[in-house]
Formats: sequence, structure tokens, C-alpha cells
Amino acid sequence: MFAYILRRVLYAIPILIGVNLLTFALFFVVNTPDDMARLQLGVKHVTPEAIERWKVEHGYDKPLLLNAEATGSAQFTDTIFFQHSAAMFAFEFGKGDDGRDIGNEIRTRMGPSLAIALPVLVIGLMVNITFALLMVFFRATYLDLWGVVLCVVLMSISGLFYIIAGQYFIAKLWNLLPISGFAGGIDGFRFILLPVLVSVVAGIGSGARWYRTIFLEEIGRDYVRTARAKGLSEVRVLFRHVLKNGMIPILTGVVVVLPLLFMGSLITESFFGIPGLGSYTIDAIQAQDFAVVRAMVFLGSFLYIVGLILTDISYSWVDPRVRLQ
Amino acid sequence: MSFMPVILWTDALIFALLAAVLALVWFIRRHEHLLAPWRVVAQRPMAMGAALVLGAFVVIGLLDSLHYRERLADSPADAPQYSVEVLSVFDALVSGLRTRQEKTYSAPLAMQLYAKEFIERDGETVRDYPRLKYGGAHLAQADDHRHDIARRALVGLAQGLAVSLLLFGLLAAWQGRRTQMDFGVWLTAWGTGRLGWPGRTVVLILAIMLMLAGVLVQLASGYHVFGTDKVGQDVLYITLKSIRTGLVIGTLTTLVTLPLAIGFGIAAGYFRGWVDDVIQYVYTVLNSIPGVLLIAAAVLIVQVYIESHPEVFDTAAARADVRLLALCLIMGVTSWTGLARLLRGESLKLRTLDYVEAARAFGVSHARIISRHIFPNVFHLVLIAIVLDFSGLVLAEAVLSYVGVGVDPSMYSWGNMINGARLELAREPVVWWQLGAAFAFMFALVLAANLFADGVRDAFDPRLGGRR
Amino acid sequence: MKPLLEVRDLVTGFGATRVVDGVSFRVSAGEIYALLGESGCGKSMTALSLMRLLPDGGRVVSGSVQLGETDVLTLPERDMRRVRGGQMAMIFQEPMLALNPVIKVGEQIGEALALHRKLTGQAGRDAARALLDAVGVPDAARRLDSYPFELSGGLRQRVMIAMALAGEPRLLIADEPTTALDVTIQAQVLDVLRRLRTEQQMGMLLITHDLGVVAENADRVGVMYAGELVEEGARDAFFASPQHPYSRMLFEALPRPGDGGRLTTIPGQVPPLDGSLVGCRFAPRCPHAVARCRSESPDWQAINDQRVRCHLAGALPASSVRDVTVQTAIPASQPLLQVAGLKVHFPIRRGFIQRTVGHVRAVDDVSLDIQAGRTLALVGESGCGKTTVGKALLRLIEPTAGSIALGGETITARNASTLRRQAQMVFQDPYSSLNPRMRVADILLEGMDALGVGNAPQRRGAVAQLLRQVGLPDDAGSRYPHAFSGGQRQRIAIARALAVSPRRVICDAPTSALDVSVQAQILNLLKDLQQDLGLAYLFITHNLAVVEYLAHEVAVMYLGRIVERGSAADVLRAPRHPYTQALVSAVPRIEPHAGEGIIRLAGDQPSPLNPPRGCHFHPRCPHASEVCRQTYPGQTDLGNGHWVRCHWVAGQP
Repeated sequence: MFAYILRRVLYAIPILIGVNLLTFALFFVVNTPDDMARLQLGVKHVTPEAIERWKVEHGYDKPLLLNAEATGSAQFTDTIFFQHSAAMFAFEFGKGDDGRDIGNEIRTRMGPSLAIALPVLVIGLMVNITFALLMVFFRATYLDLWGVVLCVVLMSISGLFYIIAGQYFIAKLWNLLPISGFAGGIDGFRFILLPVLVSVVAGIGSGARWYRTIFLEEIGRDYVRTARAKGLSEVRVLFRHVLKNGMIPILTGVVVVLPLLFMGSLITESFFGIPGLGSYTIDAIQAQDFAVVRAMVFLGSFLYIVGLILTDISYSWVDPRVRLQ
Repeated sequence: MSFMPVILWTDALIFALLAAVLALVWFIRRHEHLLAPWRVVAQRPMAMGAALVLGAFVVIGLLDSLHYRERLADSPADAPQYSVEVLSVFDALVSGLRTRQEKTYSAPLAMQLYAKEFIERDGETVRDYPRLKYGGAHLAQADDHRHDIARRALVGLAQGLAVSLLLFGLLAAWQGRRTQMDFGVWLTAWGTGRLGWPGRTVVLILAIMLMLAGVLVQLASGYHVFGTDKVGQDVLYITLKSIRTGLVIGTLTTLVTLPLAIGFGIAAGYFRGWVDDVIQYVYTVLNSIPGVLLIAAAVLIVQVYIESHPEVFDTAAARADVRLLALCLIMGVTSWTGLARLLRGESLKLRTLDYVEAARAFGVSHARIISRHIFPNVFHLVLIAIVLDFSGLVLAEAVLSYVGVGVDPSMYSWGNMINGARLELAREPVVWWQLGAAFAFMFALVLAANLFADGVRDAFDPRLGGRR
Repeated sequence: MKPLLEVRDLVTGFGATRVVDGVSFRVSAGEIYALLGESGCGKSMTALSLMRLLPDGGRVVSGSVQLGETDVLTLPERDMRRVRGGQMAMIFQEPMLALNPVIKVGEQIGEALALHRKLTGQAGRDAARALLDAVGVPDAARRLDSYPFELSGGLRQRVMIAMALAGEPRLLIADEPTTALDVTIQAQVLDVLRRLRTEQQMGMLLITHDLGVVAENADRVGVMYAGELVEEGARDAFFASPQHPYSRMLFEALPRPGDGGRLTTIPGQVPPLDGSLVGCRFAPRCPHAVARCRSESPDWQAINDQRVRCHLAGALPASSVRDVTVQTAIPASQPLLQVAGLKVHFPIRRGFIQRTVGHVRAVDDVSLDIQAGRTLALVGESGCGKTTVGKALLRLIEPTAGSIALGGETITARNASTLRRQAQMVFQDPYSSLNPRMRVADILLEGMDALGVGNAPQRRGAVAQLLRQVGLPDDAGSRYPHAFSGGQRQRIAIARALAVSPRRVICDAPTSALDVSVQAQILNLLKDLQQDLGLAYLFITHNLAVVEYLAHEVAVMYLGRIVERGSAADVLRAPRHPYTQALVSAVPRIEPHAGEGIIRLAGDQPSPLNPPRGCHFHPRCPHASEVCRQTYPGQTDLGNGHWVRCHWVAGQP
């Protein structure tokens, strides 16, 4: 088991290198620093001097891969690749266009992101599973049929609509909760409520429908018939036998996104003015701050791979067939 | 010629896709076992109703994909000059909507502008809501407003109903002749739902759509049904124009996805070994990068390219079109991994089946085994993925446009509409009609697509379906 | 005596389809009542109707089920739960799927104990252990904490039985309880069931398709056909003289030792049950049918201790005597296919760098030769490596070592196409061996195309010829596989193998997925083809009855090695290896076993990953001695080409 996990961890390294090379290619080769400068400074009236100045300011004035002018190891270290791409392995992301340290920003913004994303995940999971189990319990009745139709309707509505409608009705019209903003501590609770509510509702459609499919697949299996033949009640069959098996794919699906919770949600955070990593990312994209985008790409990939490894571990933890073989 | 046809990149691809779909339909009709699941789809009322709605959207989208440039009236015949504005057949059909531009916002069906202005009235200058240039301009008296709207709505309803009844009569006559049934007998069979196809639902949905269209046409000829936007353009027109954008993103993206997903997925599952390792590595890398960020990075690059090569594009429409195509490409490249993974798993299973072993026992080549044994048996998964992904892509467009990495800001799209209208929500009273129209049309398209996808999935994948 | 279970006029339907149509029977306490019939005749649906556990969409339309004093069908669901597991319990066919994979065995049994006997905590655990002991699970205390996947098939089925017994039911319904198990394990499980019946005076409803199982276990027998019960009687009477034409044909379709003639087949198929069925349901397939059979549904007729639904009851001609044609003895000639020292080892990779830590020795040093026009049967239980041998011979799996020679020419990867023209394979499952997306003609053409046999018109002609040869209609070529039944599909598969005119065909249990009557058709066909074309067969199977019928020679495999080899008559009638003896003895037979007592093997076949030291069979062998634990036995020749690998036999005079 330990060897297996170690192997998975080591497998993550080539993946991260691949991500790194890909971002390097996208940001520095396909799209040269000159192009970036031109885009930032405005295409029309730009002088070569201004471009040079911009490049120096951002540290993009070095050669890409090999610095022929430098000597010794500086030949490799005094390059864009080393300073802007390879450095990310040490979690050194440099500074954004606003001059702030990206690493610092990430550390302070993780908290607010998590404050929204974690409740959304936990509450959403509970709501969706309850809804799905209800539909499965009433399967092949009109209740189930209309439940599925409701799910399809809910998932056909744009996520943006949920946010705008929530903000408009709950916050603006009925004045129940603040429309946006964030605060730390207990005081922050009322700010969190609306975004969490909106995100959970937005996720019910696809979530409950997916879980229903999983449970229905389990309920058609032979062991369910065995359990019924023992004389167990339908509720007990559902909760003890079906739920236990159905939770395996559900839980592993959840584990993979756990680390990504730190990244927050782009749209929710930006609409509700949450100072998390999601709104940080979106601001960077809109301001075309390449350093931040690069950092977030790397961080996202890193967290995703952590999620993959956690999934492997959790799989062997919840499923005895994997654990004991 | 009074016009010059313009074929944008996406137009060409859309019609290529249409041709491919028609060829596939022809092929499927000739193969009973391929046709069978479609018969099941055709028997589901929900799926057929949804297909009808989808069909309406597709027709608008196709009409909107036939582009041309008008000849300038004063240009000489031997050296014609053409307008820089690229229009479509759809624009020509609804030219009234396009040209009747107001000054700024106006509410749905309104007669007056949304903002007060200084206007001359009876020789005095007062600050009031001015009458619109077009909306309700035919009315002399403001009092007739409601009455006129009601009248037009009723007329439209009646027209829609009349057309529906006519169509229904034709259908009954055609069906009656084909099945040798008496009209009364056919009508009873239709009314009790024993036609073998969901006749009631189809007719009902068609009638509703025709009546809605009738009402819209009647109202739109005198008013701005969904109001006007900031620069006074008719919101109904913008919403209808956005349909094409949604359809292009939903279909062309999948077109990019398919070769990648099918090629890599089947190769990984069938060959295993190092081929599998390499492909898995590639898709883990792609998967691990947050999708929005990858799209954002790529779109920024395309933007740089477009802005630094203005000479390549002769019109603004061509520029926006290339950006749309680039967006489809990028989304395709980032989203093939899911389907590839599914196909890999399925191919892993199929390659161990006895009929593949039997083919190997004859020394049949890999290419032939894949094309005759593996691909035909995973095709239903591909099909399900196409219809399932469509709605997700339409919704994604809105989000991406909001983030600023979606379609060109000059392009009509629901995402741009929502993005543009979002800030106006803070106004008092609220400007809600742009958002409302965009969400309503998007919802109609996505819901229809989802319901149709459900029907297709249930028919093609009995493991998931059948237990409804 | 009042019966324990009385079923009267039970009708179960799915929509308009009546899968069970007016079935009545009784089961007394302490009696095993066998419900016999081919697949799709409604046996399982009858059982599920009794338990009221029909799948979604199915419901009992009419009839009554009386269990003791309880009217089962009118009970409210809440009370029905007390009956399920408490009054009547059920065990299912697939022990692999019927147990919850993520709950420990002890807990699964404990659930039933808590529900019906209010035993929880330590008391429940003790009771569960006692139950496992009772069904013969070794080391029961430890097994309580096992998950189902950690147990072998035989143990899982015992756990199922223990679970069924937990509520101390008065009636046990066993739905094909041993069909998924190997014969030696089947014998163990059936022993347990018989013992329990005697000890606890339970009534038992045994559902099976296997006449042998019925003969050895049942007290009374009911035969089902197309949703109806068509014959019923005490076992001895039934086996002495089956009265219904269908029952008789079932007997005649069964390959039995000592006859080499053609098997009787039942033409046609079970009619669909949704239409309006007029007359006797078996009439379209019945050779004795008269006009009355087609118009009037027959009523029950009593004949001594039996009753039968047939207009011609008692008036049928005596059982037709099978025309015994003696096996045409083809003299041993130059071997067509020679295999020497064949080994197939699958590496097991473990640990951090996926080092190979060992090998699964699926096939370990197997040598064979097959002669023209003769059949060599490769016999063994599941997991012994027999299928791997077949695939390695066609190089579908690359052998680790060993040589394959065709008529003297050694086959390597380079001249593999020679091999492929000369040897082909027929697979076990006719449903997975035909591509559902290809027309039958394309399926048959595939091999000819790949190997470049003839030109295009010749190939098309060959397709028509092949279809005729295997007895399929001429228009079959333009249809897709789903239009054909299991037996017809297997004919298509045989035609596909024959398309490249091979001289040897490897048949991997081609009849094991088929019903007896269809099996007879396929066996007849294989025999005809052998005679017409002089084919050599390597027949891989676990079904000894088929081997006796078809094979000239037999090789018995155990854990990747051949342990006994000789002519079919020698090996099956006078087996010498203790494993072969046990295997032959474990097969349930219609005729009473002659002479010597029944040998029961203990335990399961060990994993080929880690075979026991010395003779692989020694842990289960009743004759094992010290030397068996030390060294693998060499070949002991018994004359007439018959040899074994056994120290015990070698030590005998």
C-alpha cells in the first residue's frame, strides 16, 4: 500500500513538469513577452522603448532558455524559464502587476475561498443525496418522474441566473441578507449565507440526478434482492446496503475536488465580492496579469494532483476489495 | 450582383456539419440495427417535443449562417463596392427588427423611452419620457396602447392557431392516406395516443410554438417586444441573433473534441502498454490545469494574434468569427479528456471480448479490428456524449463571456447580453428585460437539449435507461 | 398430511406477458421438490413470486400461495417481511453477486439473526458462527470478519445458505444454487443442502435445469415448460418413465455414457408468452402432436404416482431407442498438431517500481498432440488453465515457452498465418463471440478476407455453402446476430471458424451456455462436421458427459498441468488419478452410481499463483503421502497410451 502511494506521488512529478512546460510554451513561446507588452500597453501607440521598459520591469528581458551572455550555472538560471517557470516548483510565484507578492496573496485569500467552498460542498452533498434517495425510494412513480424533470429543469438554468436572481430577490428586494461583501470571524456568517445558498441550489439539478443514477444502478444488483429476501425493510435496504455501495463512487468523486476547494469558485466569488482566490483569478484574467494566471494554473494543477492521490488513498479506504488486495 | 456572398469559417464548418449529419441519417436509415434505438427515441413524447423546439432553434441558426455583403447603392456596376457590414439571410427576414433602432433603453412593449429627456411639447420644453421613434409610433393616442397590444396578441394567437389547424389537417390527410385510415378513426387514434408515435405531444408543442410565433410577429411589427438595450437596439433581435452563437459553440466544439477523444480513447484502451501510458499522461496533464485558466490563457493568445494582424480580416464580423472559432477549438482541446477516458474504458472491455479474439485468430489487422469491431460498438457512447455536452457548452459560453474570455464583445451572444446587463440591475427601476430575454432563450434551448439528450441516452444506453 | 407449501393456479405477468401461467404444486416438510426446466420457462419467476420479490414491472396476477397457515399473497408488506427469511428463505444462483461486497459476512448473517431471532451483539455473533459451522465453512470464527470477495465461490454459496438459515425458515428455495460452481464444489454444496433438509425437516424447493442434480437430490419433480407445469411425480417414477413428450426429449437430448449415436434434439423454440396461446404449448415442437393438441389445452391426467398435462398421456409409444452407431474408430495417424512443453506464465508486478515478484503459472509444461479426425478433450475445473492452453495454441496469448508444430512444421510468430488457416476456435459464449454490429455474411467473410482465401465471388459462394453446412437458412447472411437464438449463434460461430477450411478446431466449451436440447443440436453438428471434413477437435470443457459422448481421448488438467491422459474410455470409466476419480464421481448422474462409493473432495483448488509444493493435488488428496508433499510426480505409463502423474498410482503394483 505504502509503495503504491509513493509511486502515485512520484508519478505526480512528471505531470507537474508537463503542466509547467505547457504553460511556459503558452505564455512565453507561442506568445512572446513582446506580444504581452504590446497587449498591456495598448497595440496602437507603442514604442520599442516602452516595450523594453515593460519587459525589464517584469523581468521578461532575459533569454528564454539559455543565457549565452552569462557564465557558469547562471547560463541556465538567469533565464525566463528558470526564473518564471521552474521557480514555481518551489512555490515562488513572483509579483503580480500590482506589485504584490503572489504567494502572499494566495495565502491570505485561501481562507475566504474555503469559507464559501467547504460549506457548499458539505451541504450540497447532503441535500443532493437526500433528494436522490427520495427519488430512488419512490422510483417508477410519478414522484420520481417529476423529480427527474425538476432536476433537468434546474440544471438547464444558467448558474449566472441563480446568482443574479438570488442577489436581486433575497438581498435587494427582500433585504434579508447583504448583497455582497466579506468579513472574518462570526460577523462573516451573514455574508457567507447567500453565496452558499445560491451555490447549493444551483448544484441540486445535476448532483441529485447523478446520484440517483448511481443508486438506481446499485438497487438493481443481486445483493439487494438477497437483502430483501432476508426480510429487511425497504428503508433499511436503501440505507444500509444501497447507500453503502453507492457512497463509494460518490465519495471518491468528492475527494478529488477537496484540494481544489482552496481555489474557490470564480463566478460566485466575483459576484459576491469574496476576497478569495477565485476572484483573484478572475481579476487577473480581466487585467491580463500573466504572472498571476501562470501561478494559478500551477497551483490548480498541483491541487488537482493532490486530489488524485487522495482519491487513490480514499478508494482503498472505503472499498475493502481494494484495501485488502 | 446586388450582393456578395460571404462564407465565414464557422459558416463553412456548420454546413459541413449539416452535410455530415444528413449523410449519417441516410446511413442510419439503411441499417435496421442502427435505426432501432432512434425509433425508441421517436416514441418518447418528451424527447420529440424537445426535438421540435431544438429544430426551431436550428432553423434560425442556419438562416443566420448564410452571410452576404450588400452592394453599395452608389458604386459603379463595373467595379462594385460592397458594404463592410456582413448580413445574413435571417437579418434580411427580420430587417425591421434590425433597423428600428431607438436612442437608448426602453421597456418591453413600451411607447416611451426609459430615460427622461428635454422634449418640446406644445411649444414648451419639458423634461419627460419621450415617445419612441418606432415602438408604438403608429398610435396617435397613448390611451390605445393596452388595447392595441391585446388586439395584436389575439390576432397573432388566431393566426398561429389557424396555421396549426391547417398543418394538423394536412398531417391527418397524409397519415390517413399512408395508413389507409378513416379521418375519424385516425383522429381517435391520435386523441387516445395510439398512433405509435407521440402525436399529441408533437402537435401540441407545434401549435404552441406557432401561436407564440404569431403573437411575436404581430407584436414585433409595432413594438419592441423585449424592449431595447443601451444603444437602443431591439433586444428580441439580439436574442435571436445569439442563437447562432450558442449553436456554433455547442456543436463545433464537439466536432473538435470527437477526433481527439475517439482517436486517443480507443488507441489507449485497445493497444494498452506504452501507448496507453503516453495518452494517459497527456490527458492527466490537460485535466489537471483548471479549465477556465487554460481557456483564458489560450484566448488571450488568440487576442494578441488578432490584434497584431489586423490586415488578415477584412470585416469586423470576420474577426469576431475567428475568435469564435478559436474559442471552439480551445474548448474542444480542453474537453476531450472525459469522453476519451470513457472510450478507453470501453475499449479495454471490448478488446477482451470473444469476437475480437476471433478476429485476431484470423490475423485481422489492428486498423480493421478497430474500425469494424471496436468503433461501431462504442459509437453509441460518442453519440450520447455529443448530445449531453451540447447543453453544458451553451451554458459555459455565458460564464466565459462573463469572465472576459468568451466570444468577441462585438458578437451577439447570451453571455455578452448578460454581462452587459448585469450592472444595470443596480438602476432604479431595474432594467431586467435584457437579462430576462437572454436567460429565457438560453433556458429554452438548454432544457430542450437536455430533455432530448435524456431520451437519446435512455434509448442508446439501456443500462442507465429503461428503469425510468 | 398437510403440505408445508401449497401453490394454486399461480399466474405472474409482466405487462401482457404471462411468465408463470397457472402453476400449482405442493411441498411437504422434509421434502425436496425440484422444479426442472430449460432457461426462460418460468422457474425463477415462480420462486420470486412466492417470495413476492418480483423485479419492477412484474406482479402476481392471480392464484394463491399457502405457507402453513399463512396466505402469502394477501399479507400486507409489513407482515410479508417477517415471512421472508423467517418462514421461507431463498438462495440465489450467483454467490459472487448475491452478497453485498462491502459488508462483512458476519454482519450480513447477523442482520437476519437480529431481525428474525432478535439475536444481537455477542449472541448474534455466536449464532452466526454456529451457522457457518453448520454449513461446513472451515475456520468459521475467522470467516465472520471476511468480506465476500475474500471467499471462494463454494464458500460464498455456503455463506448464502447460512444466511438463509438464520431465520430458521420452514421452506428453503434454492434457485440454481450450484450452476455457477465446479462439479467438485457443487457436490459439496448439495451435500450440505441434503443434510440440512434431514436435520431440520425443512421443505426445499430446488430449481434447476440439471437432470443429474434432480436425480441425486429431489424427492419429487415438477417439469416446467413455457410458464406451465407439464409433468409432476415422485423422483423414481419420473426417472423410470417420464410421461410428457417434453420430459422424454430432455432425457434423450442428454449425452450419456456409452452411446456414440446422434442425440435427440427438440426442434424449434419456446413460444413467446405474450400472444394468445392456443392448445398445448409444446405441440409445435412435439413429434407426437395430433390435431387436438393444437386446438385444446390439455388437462392434468394421473398415471399411477405421476400426473401429466398431455392429451396422449399413457398412449405415447415407448421411449424411442437411440440408434447407436458405434464410434467410427479412426486409426491413430500422423499427429496434425503437436505441442511440447507449452508454458504460459503471467508476471505479477508489485511494489514501487513494478518489479516482477512472481508468476501465475496458468499453463505449466503441457504437451499434447491431436490427430486428424479425432477429438481430444481437455478437461478440468475453472481456473485450471485449459482455456489458456486453447488460446496459446492459436497464439492469441503468446506462450512463455514451448513449441507448436503443425504437421511437422514449427510455428513461430513469423509463419503464424499458416497456423491461422489451419486452426480456428469456437468460443464459449455465443453472445459475446459475434459482433452485434456486423451482418452474419460479413462475420463469415472476415476470416477469408484477412487470410486472402479465394477471390470475391468464391468467398460469397463459400458463405452460402457454410450457412448450409451448419444448418442455417440461406437468408441468414443478410441479418444481424441479434436475430438469432443462442444455438443458432453458436452455429454461426462454428461456420466462421470453418470459413478458412481449417483442419483443426479448438472448441472452448461451446455448449456450456446452452440448454440441453440446444446442446444436443450443436454436438450433433460437431460430430457430423468431423465425419464429413475429417476435422480434429481440441474440445475444452468441464462437462464430463459431453466428453464421454464426443471425445476419443481425454487429458485432465489440474493447476496448469495435465495429470492424466488416455483414451476416453480408459480415463472416464477407469480413472486412476485421485483427482480424476473425484471429478468423475462428483458428476451428478441420472443412473445410480455403480459400485464404489462417492468420493468427495475437501476444500478448493488452490491459486495457480502459489501452487502447493510437490504434487499440486496433495492438500485435497485422500491418498497423499510424504513424497507427494515433496516432489511433483513423474509420468506413470499404464499402457494403451494411458498415463498419470501420481506417486500413489506409481506405487501400486
